Amino acid sequence: MSNRAHRVWKFPGGLRLPPHKSASTAEPVATAEPPAVAVLPLSQHAGAASVPIVAAGRRVLAGEPVARANDGISAPLHAPTSGTILAIEDRQVPRPGGPVEPCVILEADGRDQRYEGYEPVDDPQALAPAEIRRLVHEAGIVGLGGAVFPAAVKLEAGDRQPLDTLILNGAECEPYISCDDMLMRERAAHVVHGAQIMLHALSARCCLVAVEHDKPEAIAALKAAVRESGDDRFEVVSVTTAYPAGGERQLIQVLSGREVPAGGLPPDIGYMTQNVGTAAAVSDRFRHGRPLISRVVTVAGGGVASPRNFDARLGTPFAALIAAAGGYTDEAARLVMGGPMMGFALPDDALPVVKATNCIWVAGAADLRRTDDEMPCIRCAECARVCPAVLLPQQLYWYTRARDFEKVVDYAVFDCIECGCCDLVCPSHIPLVSYFRYAKNEIRGRDVQRERAARAQRRHAERNRRLAQRDAEQQAALDEHTRAAQRARAQPREAAGAIDDIMRRAAGHEPPAGRPAGGGDAKDD
Amino acid sequence: MIAAVVTLAALGALAGLGLGFAAARLRVQGNAVADRIDALLPQTQCGQCGYPGCRPYAEAIADGRAGIDLCPPGGEATARELARLLGREPAAKVPDTAPAVAVIDETACIGCALCLAACPVDAIVGAPRRMHTVIAGECTGCGLCLPPCPVDCIDLVSPKGPERS
Repeated sequence: MSNRAHRVWKFPGGLRLPPHKSASTAEPVATAEPPAVAVLPLSQHAGAASVPIVAAGRRVLAGEPVARANDGISAPLHAPTSGTILAIEDRQVPRPGGPVEPCVILEADGRDQRYEGYEPVDDPQALAPAEIRRLVHEAGIVGLGGAVFPAAVKLEAGDRQPLDTLILNGAECEPYISCDDMLMRERAAHVVHGAQIMLHALSARCCLVAVEHDKPEAIAALKAAVRESGDDRFEVVSVTTAYPAGGERQLIQVLSGREVPAGGLPPDIGYMTQNVGTAAAVSDRFRHGRPLISRVVTVAGGGVASPRNFDARLGTPFAALIAAAGGYTDEAARLVMGGPMMGFALPDDALPVVKATNCIWVAGAADLRRTDDEMPCIRCAECARVCPAVLLPQQLYWYTRARDFEKVVDYAVFDCIECGCCDLVCPSHIPLVSYFRYAKNEIRGRDVQRERAARAQRRHAERNRRLAQRDAEQQAALDEHTRAAQRARAQPREAAGAIDDIMRRAAGHEPPAGRPAGGGDAKDD
Repeated sequence: MIAAVVTLAALGALAGLGLGFAAARLRVQGNAVADRIDALLPQTQCGQCGYPGCRPYAEAIADGRAGIDLCPPGGEATARELARLLGREPAAKVPDTAPAVAVIDETACIGCALCLAACPVDAIVGAPRRMHTVIAGECTGCGLCLPPCPVDCIDLVSPKGPERS
């Protein structure tokens, strides 16, 4: 590692939030028991839901694939422990609104036997980037920072454009969440190893490991791991603690001083970010032949007795982790997946841990803000001051209320990262992000409607054309018929002459001219 | 005096030529306003507006023969967009229908093929004396297949399918 200190910039807006992390970082990460019954939603990554490849009654081992990736952007899914598939059926899944979606239900046999189908790779640097991507894809690895975008798809960026820097995102900025912090402290060598593999797959020049400066233990562990690896492409950068420094675009801005263009992606300016947890998962695949079947989950908040981080298998019910963290306190008021800023409330603690579950936040009554005290916007523009995407939330709010969605798009609602800073500072307690989510949904729905309408229009036009053609053909046939009849009527004399001719021949026993004698005209129509 | 007459005559002739050229060469094909109105309509082709399809309704609006508040499948959103496009006042109250798709009860279908002819977007597959079915992704939920069915085996349901029990 070189001694130069990487320069850091600032991103606009943002907030200093109380971290509330010390409670859950006091103890090391505990390994949670594999669940007795694991519920595995088929859609726990960005993109198309995976397709089950097992049927009810099938026995599977821990790490055995139970669903393959769908076409396009998707990821496979693996059994978190050994057991028997009970069913593939619809269950409620931990997503906003608690939708009901198809899930693989696995009953554990308690033996937790390992699937040996994935070979460890001793020298990943010898593999071609495409082969690395295949292995990463096969292991079901997705971005563990929360966006759960399939990691293999992201690694393709290196083929399309030269990348300069891989950024490992260890800036875990949201209050209460400490899963990345603990992972960096305890598994720094895995993080660095996984990042080396990704650097190779991307052909990137260097790797910046960005950690907020309030995580000195993580920084020290990573620096030690980098030193040990002897890899001089790595640099651990301490960035100022601010919310949302861990946002992809904000972090790139902090480390490069450049903005990712609106509508563009980080590779457009030569950067790529990956979460530190994703790097550790990649390392697990290559070092131990272990697909993504568990992740670190923070259980925190005023509503749990002893907040802690758990290494939990996918499909573990939230209730089991909360029980392992000492259970609920009398304070417990709301169950949230994610943190207090960007998380969403869940209806039930029987919901399973999925790849996106970084934190289970049980809010205490004091942590919650009342929602019934929304007051009119006084246009103080405090929201615009804190917006890290430099938007004008008050205008977006205005046009969303007026349902003027053209204007909402003009004011760049799709650049909103839904960080919640505007919500927090609004003196009128307006739930601005909820409005923006609503607007985004409406706009997407409208676009889908437009697309459907265009297709219906094409089909209708095509049908009209076909009907017109059929009518024209029928009319043409009718006209032909009419003309033939008219022709026949115009030649009555000839017909009469022909009859006379036949009668005459019949009288003289002559065969009809030009026709065979024996009734050969029966088929003639 | 003569110079003025000649100049004016020449100018007139020139302008006439220009206009003639423009009329012949720069003519807008079709009805551009109707096209833009048509693009905002939901294309269900249901006829609930009283016109035989979305295009005729769009032309009627463009000609000023019809109001912008006659489209129940489009509902308030479509009426608002039409108002914005045409610079009219948004309609006060617009009938609004929930999106729907037709579903054929295949056990009851007698294969009469009458609904096939009624579907404006060819979203029903079937043949005489064979079971029919609706391609849900293409169905606009117009309901035009319901009246011709002699055994009432077609229902309009919400697009996500019948309620799961």
